[in-house]
Amino acid sequence: MFSSGSGNTVIKSKLISRRMFLLSISKAIVVVGVLGRLISLQINESSKYKTLSDKNRFREWKLAPERGIIKDYFNEEMASNKQVYQIHLIPENTQSIEEIFFRLKTILNISDKKIFSLKKKIAKQKPWEPIIISDNLNWSEFSRINLFLHELQGIEPIVSVARMYKDHSSAHALGYVSQVSAKDLKNKKYLKDMSVPGMAVGKTGLERRLDQEIIGEVGFQRYEVNAFGKRIKQIKVDPGKAGKSFRTTLDLEVQRYVTEILADKAASVCVMDIYNGDVVSLVSSPSYDPNAFVHGIDEAYWKSLISNDRKPLINKAVSGLYPPGSTIKILVALSALENKIIRPLDTVRCKGKIELFGEKFHCWKKKGHGIMNMRTGIKRSCDVYFYEVARRLGVDRLSETAKKFGLGKRVLQDFSEERSGVVPNTSWKKKYIGQNWYLGETLHSGIGQGYFQSTPIQLCLMTAQVANGGFEIKPRILFDKKKNNLKEYLKFKNENPGQPLTADLLVSNFDLKPLFKNQENIKIIKDSMYASSNEPGGTSYRSRLEDKRFIFAGKTGSSQIKRFTEEQREAEVKQEQLKYENRDHALFIAFAPVSDPKYAISVVVEHGGTGSKSAAPIAKKVIKKVLERHSLRQSINNLPGDSI
Amino acid sequence: MFQPRSIQSSLNFRDKLFSIDYVLVFSILILGIVSMFAMYSTDGGEFKYHTESHIIRFFVFFIMFFILSFVQIRFWHNTSYLIYIIFLILLIGVKYFGLTSSGSQRWLNFYFMNLQPSELMKIGLILFLAKYYHRISIENVNRLKFLFLPVFVLVTPVLLVVMQPDLGTSILIAAGGLVVAWLAGVRVKFFAYSMLIFIALLPIAISFLKPYQKVRILTFLNPEKDPLGAGYQIIQSKIAIGSGGLFGKGFLNGSQSYLDYLPEKHTDFIFTLFSEEFGFFGSIFILLLYGLIISRIVRIGNMTRSNFGKLYCYSFATAFFIYVVVNMGMVLGLLPIVGSPLPIMSYGGSSMMAIMLGLGIAMSCKIYKDMPVN
Repeated sequence: MFSSGSGNTVIKSKLISRRMFLLSISKAIVVVGVLGRLISLQINESSKYKTLSDKNRFREWKLAPERGIIKDYFNEEMASNKQVYQIHLIPENTQSIEEIFFRLKTILNISDKKIFSLKKKIAKQKPWEPIIISDNLNWSEFSRINLFLHELQGIEPIVSVARMYKDHSSAHALGYVSQVSAKDLKNKKYLKDMSVPGMAVGKTGLERRLDQEIIGEVGFQRYEVNAFGKRIKQIKVDPGKAGKSFRTTLDLEVQRYVTEILADKAASVCVMDIYNGDVVSLVSSPSYDPNAFVHGIDEAYWKSLISNDRKPLINKAVSGLYPPGSTIKILVALSALENKIIRPLDTVRCKGKIELFGEKFHCWKKKGHGIMNMRTGIKRSCDVYFYEVARRLGVDRLSETAKKFGLGKRVLQDFSEERSGVVPNTSWKKKYIGQNWYLGETLHSGIGQGYFQSTPIQLCLMTAQVANGGFEIKPRILFDKKKNNLKEYLKFKNENPGQPLTADLLVSNFDLKPLFKNQENIKIIKDSMYASSNEPGGTSYRSRLEDKRFIFAGKTGSSQIKRFTEEQREAEVKQEQLKYENRDHALFIAFAPVSDPKYAISVVVEHGGTGSKSAAPIAKKVIKKVLERHSLRQSINNLPGDSI
Repeated sequence: MFQPRSIQSSLNFRDKLFSIDYVLVFSILILGIVSMFAMYSTDGGEFKYHTESHIIRFFVFFIMFFILSFVQIRFWHNTSYLIYIIFLILLIGVKYFGLTSSGSQRWLNFYFMNLQPSELMKIGLILFLAKYYHRISIENVNRLKFLFLPVFVLVTPVLLVVMQPDLGTSILIAAGGLVVAWLAGVRVKFFAYSMLIFIALLPIAISFLKPYQKVRILTFLNPEKDPLGAGYQIIQSKIAIGSGGLFGKGFLNGSQSYLDYLPEKHTDFIFTLFSEEFGFFGSIFILLLYGLIISRIVRIGNMTRSNFGKLYCYSFATAFFIYVVVNMGMVLGLLPIVGSPLPIMSYGGSSMMAIMLGLGIAMSCKIYKDMPVN
């Protein structure tokens, strides 16, 4: 028994050892597996995991950059930045969100609605991401918060900068900024990786046009954070880069003056340097407060803006479309002269109306003007004279001239809201309306009615290009030193005092493109415009400036909203007797001074009645103001610091 | 043949001291010291609670290990069943008097420590089965009626631990028991049968699993699916180990752990922390230490004459190997996160106690290698 037991023990011992050997082999395989994994993690993929570890470790908080400044021609700030007091909340640092809001409500004036939307936002984002509770506190609110800060865990008072506009005068030209929307993020590629709480983007006007350059570069603070997102220590701070500043060609002083004159009329004024295309003034009225948008517009103000029938949010100067009315007559006349359809002294008898193609065409003057030639036709704005000219000219030749002088296409490429208008001709009508052109429509086109649609800036450009002797200019609203033809022009003028600028010189020295076939024709038109403003019987004679320095030459216009009925015509109903929305738009274009033209202007007053009564008086004041500031404008141009 | 026996029974203290496996003792000591540094690092480089109590525990149980080494192998053999029964009673006690922490009832409160009997059961089961298979003759090993008792003593504690619930420990207990049965010569087909039965019963078992346990298994299958939720631990552990690179980030510079990205860094993920700070070479060092410890225990098994000693040492060494490999496999993302401590390195008194007990018995096998057990 003992020995057999012993034998049994030995057999068992051998069995155990054999089985242990098998186990050891499998252990070795397992060890190779673990080793392989270690090698793969710590050697092969180490760099990947190092990156991941750093991603864990560091967290960046982006800082909104300071927006570039927009200045006027005189380096006066139009859109600048101001210090704002904000309070941010970091949800994870609070003990109770409810409690914080309850406390804040007692200290600040926060509506329940706002609190509700903030809470919704908090629920959506990570608990360590700051949320802006209020981005524009006044000093007393801010100091009150600071006083109670020890009880407000999670609240951080922040001094930041935000957009500030000096006044309302340039609201439409500059546009406004507002908080980044989901749509902005989708459409504007440069905003990628730029989503910072409190970041504002340009929504309209130059703010929108310049947004990419003016917005600056986002900065960041890099912190080492623990797994709960708590900041352990600051590793790096990059303050970002303030956006580029821009100088415009606008004159803030004139902008203000014009805004004041226009008051709350639905109107617009454009003033342009006729040689280099600098837009001196671009005002649309009524204006609005662009500052209201910066921190999120309040509902009541927004409602008042969109319900206002004078449409304060629309930049009428570039996106208001009006039939050019009688202002087109200068181009009709020019086109006729250029195409040798008519000679300046050819006459037409105006009896108040003519009948053509079985339709009656009325002159604005019921009794008629009598015998008209080109000069008197423009001076007195005789419709019958231009019916006849247009009939002979035909709409296609007219549209060619009109397009050449800047109608029918966008003038400034800076405004996404700018519209191109319509210069009708036979093929246009076929294409867009699908009908043949009627001859009667040619007559309506000849007095700027019918399908004609133009913007005030187009009318201003048209006037400028006539005034400068018929040369193409490229209007601009951003200051551009390189292409400043005016500088060379002035130099030439200084060196050759009293000597008029010849066409050849303008072409060769200043790289200007003539729009005329015969410059004499342009002179005839300019002279007719002089007559219209400065000779008795001219349509804007009553608004003339007699001071030699300021004498201007212009053309009135009114674009019909509603055709007069025969009864109204018989009763000689005046514009003032009509309902506001049925009154004609009043237009006026001009250049000044006549002796040595420098600026062109267009004024459009919506539902203003006639151009002579409501648009010309405005132009008169603006022209005086602009000319008074001309020498100042010239001098600033020669300053050494003009490159800003 | 009878000579050594008489020598063994008349060993004096000096002989016993000489026959201690000092390589094993020093390996344990070095591992213990390494674990203290690791623990110091988990406390953020300060001498705080975890470090302090880990050091105390290590030395207390290390001394216990030393003392237990001198207990005769015959004593362990004779009391094996009793020890198992005591541990089983404690385990049952947990069910009624146990402390609950994070949804799991695992601990018994003794005033000096909170004891986790399931950890002790890892050793208790090996002891029981080593004695059982030592005693039955080789012909009987694969007889059905001799299989009932081993199955019963294995399944009972495993079920008790599963219900605590503690999936990790129950698997490790079962693994230890299965290893003994395997070494004793139980045929492969019985393992295959029990595997089939286990798979058949799995759906029922799964219905008993707590939702968090189900999530853990699903998470293992695809940790990146829910990186901030259940997969978080695996991902963060892999990031920590991987970012350690060849040489590691340096002592006390493990950003993943000191910024709290590492979960359970004191216990299950202590290897991750060490590996992050000391890199690939550090990991290899730890692996070598464990390899050394395990091979020394196997060597004791080779030297010891009794089959009880052999069975015990081989099984314990293999179980020890499994504990290490399961823990590493877990933190390396090779196995699901089931909750299993790394022997000696991990914070935890019961685990330390059980391992030291196991090592003590193994050492006793060394000292009394030629002593017959019955």
